[in-house]
Amino acid sequence: MDTRKLALKIRRHAILMTNQGKSSHVASILSMADIVAVLYGHILRKRPDEPRWPERDRFILSKGHAGAGVYAALAETGYFPVDWLPRHCAQGSKLCGHVSHIGIPGVELSTGSLGHGLSVGAGMAYAGKLDNKNYRVFVLMSDGECDEGSNWEAILFAAHHRLANLVAVVDYNKIQSLGPVEEILGLEPFAAKWQSFGWQVKEIDGHDHDQLMASLDIRSEPGSPPTCVIAHTIKGKGVSFMEKSVLWHYRSPQGEEFQAALAELEDVIFA
Amino acid sequence: MRDAFIRVLMEIARQDKRIMLLTADLGFGVLNPFIEAFTEQYLNVGVAEQNMTGVATGLALEGKIVFTYSIGNFPTLRCLEQIRNDVCYHDANVKIVCIGGGFCYGPLGISHHATEDLAIMRALPGMRVMAPGDLAETRLITRIAYETSGPCYLRLGRGGEAQIHQDALNLSLGQGISLFPEGEVALLSTGGILGNAVGARERLEAWGVKASLHSIPFLKPLDRSLIEMLSQTVRLMATIEEHSIIGGLGGAVAEALAEMPGPKPPLLRIGLREGFSCEVGDQEYLRKIYGLSTDSIAQRVYKAISKKNPEAKIYGVSN
Repeated sequence: MDTRKLALKIRRHAILMTNQGKSSHVASILSMADIVAVLYGHILRKRPDEPRWPERDRFILSKGHAGAGVYAALAETGYFPVDWLPRHCAQGSKLCGHVSHIGIPGVELSTGSLGHGLSVGAGMAYAGKLDNKNYRVFVLMSDGECDEGSNWEAILFAAHHRLANLVAVVDYNKIQSLGPVEEILGLEPFAAKWQSFGWQVKEIDGHDHDQLMASLDIRSEPGSPPTCVIAHTIKGKGVSFMEKSVLWHYRSPQGEEFQAALAELEDVIFA
Repeated sequence: MRDAFIRVLMEIARQDKRIMLLTADLGFGVLNPFIEAFTEQYLNVGVAEQNMTGVATGLALEGKIVFTYSIGNFPTLRCLEQIRNDVCYHDANVKIVCIGGGFCYGPLGISHHATEDLAIMRALPGMRVMAPGDLAETRLITRIAYETSGPCYLRLGRGGEAQIHQDALNLSLGQGISLFPEGEVALLSTGGILGNAVGARERLEAWGVKASLHSIPFLKPLDRSLIEMLSQTVRLMATIEEHSIIGGLGGAVAEALAEMPGPKPPLLRIGLREGFSCEVGDQEYLRKIYGLSTDSIAQRVYKAISKKNPEAKIYGVSN
């Protein structure tokens, strides 16, 4: 699967879904679209027609507010019909704003409150290690989410137990809910923090698919430390007026802004 | 109770390798037999209850049956959102074990008094709430929690609790146990205060008040049929719990009674009123201060019933 095309589809769905659903967090989805596309398009071992296949790699979206991006990836890779997507946040829809597993094939864990995904992922990884299973566990986190202390409990735990089958990916777009990460609660030196907790760390451009492929295609030897991929990203990536903007953490694309956003993404298709 | 729990859990773990026991670095001495026998089924996650509950969910979603273990409010309130969003929303097979319900850790202060846990756990969707009254109930309830798929909360005593039931017990999920079925007053007790409830019933009998006594080890699901049956035959129902009167047994029974059609008896909720226990003392000392000693329970029930029975004053109980 062409992961660049998948990323573009996820971005287009994100604009359409947040427009239809009048919902927030479009910029958070755009920032992680390439990461999710590379995971679902290339990295994750999966069987969309058998979502609970025991050998599958597990994927947890810990930054649950960007759930529309995962719904789009699941639909585009065959877990459920793409025509479910326009009903995002609609009355009676299955697709709520923060990712939920109820009635949606392929969602491993429901999230929405930050700081939950890594612990659950660590539990899954611990079980896999204990039972000599080959699956890997990927947890996609936000940078703002790393303010939550529960993550650091999980970071300690995963390193202590050498969970080689666990990969944390941080969508480091540098903007959290009310402003720049460095102004609200700085994370730097971020890579050094993970390293000092005992993780192996890779820092990449989170929009470069070659770098994403290379860094996420991890199969560490048992006994190795867990891996953290710090993916440097741009919040709102792909729509010029949404990039690096706190506003688009909340604003729903409507009217001319909606058309302009779609037009920018149309241009990419034919570039 | 904690030793009885561990012994039964070991019997289960020997048969079922899916069992895992997680502790947040508590259980000194108590957990040793389990740790020695089941190295791979035991995990000390460190002093990190949020992570313990998240990890437990991940393990359960991979097919394990996970018991999380800590004391007082640590396995519940400290990680409440992980219990709600991770355990309950995913119907994960996680059993939360609290050692030290109520004032078990009396002198240690309010941080260690688990006095709202039943109410809070009871409100969570999908959670079964269990508070055994003695060692026999503890043994049965540990097994029931294991056999019941999905989230369970077990509120246990710290140790030194008596075995009150002398006959073999049969118990299933949601069932109350009638120790003394007949009486004009019905006493309903949950958790380790059962011993005091037994004493209070005896005292009432000596004062001429015949009271039935029922242990209610399941706050959720609640034995509504027992409550309905009692409500049709008694002059007064009294709930007894080492817990806030809000949302625990008293709250659950009040809700059940309020929804039942027809006339019903008054309800006396014996438990903790609003406020923290700032007194220092052991469990029985604090029970006495807060009206949960055998004497206090008997007197309060007697007083409530004697309002309709003035000649009871001859027994010399002050109103």
